[in-house]
Amino acid sequence: MIVTAAFYLFSAILLGSAAAVVTSRNPVHSVLFLILAFFNAAALFLIAGAEFLAMILVIVYVGAVAVLFLFVVMMLDVNFGQLREGYQRYLPVGATVGAVLFGELLLVLGGWQFAPQASALRLSSTPAGVSNTQALGRLIYTDYILLFQIAGLILMVAMIGAIVLTHRERATSRRQDIARQNARQVSDTLEIMPVGFRAGTDVTGIIRPKREPEPVLADEPHSHGVGQPGPGEHG
Amino acid sequence: MTTIGVGHYLTVAAILLVLGIFGIFLNRKNVIIIMMSIELMLLAVNLNLVAFSSALNDLAGQVFALFVLTVAAAEAAIGLAIVVVYFRNRGSIQVEDVNLMKG
Repeated sequence: MIVTAAFYLFSAILLGSAAAVVTSRNPVHSVLFLILAFFNAAALFLIAGAEFLAMILVIVYVGAVAVLFLFVVMMLDVNFGQLREGYQRYLPVGATVGAVLFGELLLVLGGWQFAPQASALRLSSTPAGVSNTQALGRLIYTDYILLFQIAGLILMVAMIGAIVLTHRERATSRRQDIARQNARQVSDTLEIMPVGFRAGTDVTGIIRPKREPEPVLADEPHSHGVGQPGPGEHG
Repeated sequence: MTTIGVGHYLTVAAILLVLGIFGIFLNRKNVIIIMMSIELMLLAVNLNLVAFSSALNDLAGQVFALFVLTVAAAEAAIGLAIVVVYFRNRGSIQVEDVNLMKG
């Protein structure tokens, strides 16, 4: 009973927030409603017994995808009011298409039933006595290992693609040029000069900047005063 | 495992899918909202898969939903990267402006 009530509650919030996603005036609000929708879908997954998928939905979707949407929405300086032009114009078309599609889906749902041999055609039946995560792990790492690897490959391609697309070379950034560093010779940067014994810097031509002589404060009236003795009194 | 019939789940998923399609029609200019609508539709598909997996006691549906999640995440990352690059080049994300490759 309470499960049914929870199902209807979560479904109502899910559908309401999904409607708010597509009709919200502010895209940031849309993203926040999307996060709410994902949380409620995760609750529906939990009710259906798919605990691992529910947690994955919260972690991956709320933690990564929705936050990525939020970043992009906030980063782009777009006039979103301009983007909503034609909202009224597209509303009847969208409503008509949606209504027709929903009617068709309801017709399908009304006259639908399981095939009699459906339970005999299971690919991998749920094992009894193990948790959902454990059962999924046993399945993914054995029967579906190839698909799992391909999924990882897809994620890596997506990562590389996103980096390649959005990375740009800035003129002000100082980057390492390994070829130039390796091509450097000692003679390019260092000059080795033979210096005779006790020749010093005067002979070789390398002269340090001379130190400026300290200014003499002889004319100051207070130089002989109460403080330390001046250089002239020292005798 | 569950006391909720599979028909309830299918109805919710159908409404969610229709809402996603409706969102695509409604926000034809804003590509970010369109991508969010696509995410909603993929969520509806996942809901269907999980519902059938739970009703038939077949874990393959949940494995498939996992892969749908993976592909959806990759799609969101690539799509948002394209949006960022497009905004950098054109200064707008209007879908109707995207006809540069029209020839």
